[in-house]
Amino acid sequence: MEALVSLVIGVLTACGVYLTLRARTFPVVLGLTFLSYAVNLFLFTMGRLTIGQPPIIDKAAAGYADPLPQALVLTAIVISFAMTAFVIMLALKARAELGNDHVDGRDDA
Amino acid sequence: MTHLVIAPVLLPLLAGLLLLLLRPLTIGPRRILSLLAVVGQIGLAAALLPLVANGDIHTYALGDWAPPFGIVLVADRLAVWMLLITALLALFALLYGVRGFDTRGRHFHVLFQWQLFGLNGAFLTGDLFNLFVFFEILLLASYGLLLHGGGRLRTRAGLHFVVINLAGSTLFLFAAGTLYGMLGTLNIADLARQVATLPPEHLGPVQAAGLLLFGVFALKGALIPLHLWLPAAYANTSAPVAALFAIMTKVGAYSILRIDTLIFGAAAGPLAGMIASWVLPLALLTLVIGMLGVLAATALRQQIAYLVVASVGSLLIAFGLGSTAGIAAGLYYLPHATFAAGAFFLLADGVASRRGEFEDRLEPGALLSDRRVLGALFFAVAVLIAGLPPLSGFIGKWLTLRAAVEHAWMPWVLGVVLVTSLFAIIALARTGSLLFYRSEPPEDHRPTVRTESLGRELLPATGLLLLCMALVIWAGPVDDFTRATASQLLQPEHYIGAVLGAGVTP
Repeated sequence: MEALVSLVIGVLTACGVYLTLRARTFPVVLGLTFLSYAVNLFLFTMGRLTIGQPPIIDKAAAGYADPLPQALVLTAIVISFAMTAFVIMLALKARAELGNDHVDGRDDA
Repeated sequence: MTHLVIAPVLLPLLAGLLLLLLRPLTIGPRRILSLLAVVGQIGLAAALLPLVANGDIHTYALGDWAPPFGIVLVADRLAVWMLLITALLALFALLYGVRGFDTRGRHFHVLFQWQLFGLNGAFLTGDLFNLFVFFEILLLASYGLLLHGGGRLRTRAGLHFVVINLAGSTLFLFAAGTLYGMLGTLNIADLARQVATLPPEHLGPVQAAGLLLFGVFALKGALIPLHLWLPAAYANTSAPVAALFAIMTKVGAYSILRIDTLIFGAAAGPLAGMIASWVLPLALLTLVIGMLGVLAATALRQQIAYLVVASVGSLLIAFGLGSTAGIAAGLYYLPHATFAAGAFFLLADGVASRRGEFEDRLEPGALLSDRRVLGALFFAVAVLIAGLPPLSGFIGKWLTLRAAVEHAWMPWVLGVVLVTSLFAIIALARTGSLLFYRSEPPEDHRPTVRTESLGRELLPATGLLLLCMALVIWAGPVDDFTRATASQLLQPEHYIGAVLGAGVTP
């Protein structure tokens, strides 16, 4: 289980880094989205992988899942959601103003 | 627990919300409200100053959740010092902004207040994840401000700025997540306590997370080699925003200083000084590369942007010395560098607006109107930034050099600081003579019609220069305060005790 999750995070991060380094704004935005997915999963697993455990105090519970990473992930998701929306608008604005979707706004591209 | 600690965070947030609701109003009342909110922040910082000046550390537990479980705000000398510098800089940047620039796009005042909300929160928070949130707030506001007014170059520089900062935020989350996974806490004081008693098998991941954090803060602070985003972003944005952004790199420097002294300080066992050992060499390189950029710049605003990079280098050299005298010198240099860069950006806008099609490019152009006044101000700023006596730049550099004498890297620090000061003098003398002497009256002389008085235009830049003068006149008390701040930083057990309760041993 741990190996699978870490593999998923690693592949997501690698895809994110690769896409972020592309020269067009659309892959860059996708890359940033992949990176934020990877980091959200990563934060989630930082509370250790548990299945079927309650995050709040319960007399019948045998163990607990750490609730804090879940709260952190929620915050991180909201922030990355807003940032993605912003960067998409900015990429569209750059496409309109610079005439192409190259990240450096090259005229020959 | 005094509620005054949270007031500098709440005031700009509520002022921004109110400004958002008052959008139907004409610009006049909104400008007054925005200015009042900034004056209020100066007042709050000034009210907090005597509370912390005697060495007390005031904490504010949000929702009364006891640390380390809840989020805690911490006001110590360093935090209040940063609050005061930010509010003073913001006042003059805003005074320049209300001359008409704020009507060139929507929500300038809202974004400005929320930028201050993020900055104040970042200085006050005692929680690593909360620091991330405040970073995002200040960055999101800064994206809007950076692009305010629009334009081709501004959009391109803005895209780079946004993408690199989003990548930086992701790294911040990786670092915070790793620290939480290894140490089980995000409270900075508690992190410091946990790092001090770290079992050896957990050393590797914590070290990686600490260095990742350092990388993120170095990105915000524009430390070599993560400085490449800064010159384009600062050179292409508007003058009041560039002036306000003079504090943004200092947020990175502040964060480096905070985690370096608190989490990875002398008590951190095998990880002690882990970040400090990187700071000094990188800062020396930053100063050199920044000053080479200043020499090579082809436009005035680009030159000032590289001066900002160089000032981060000087600042972190002082912090990197690690001694009380070194950190104190850095904390004296910090307001000087911030105010001087802010004044320079405002002045450059005045110069560029008078040169017509030449704008701020460094080539012989048309004769400037009001060139005596502008020239005198330019001279004052150049003397300040180059670090010539008798102004505050000289005192800051002198304090740094004096602190460096006892350090093992003394020859490198002295050599680099003195040689780069010479570079700055050469570059600024060349710029000044180019702009103010080697210019000819244009053939069809049409004096530009200016609708406002020269005094009102130059008041903000002059105000920032007067603040630098105040740093000279009251250099004694300021130096005493920064020394006390530095010695407080080097005794993190007080901070940890204040946050987690006195009974806790670090």
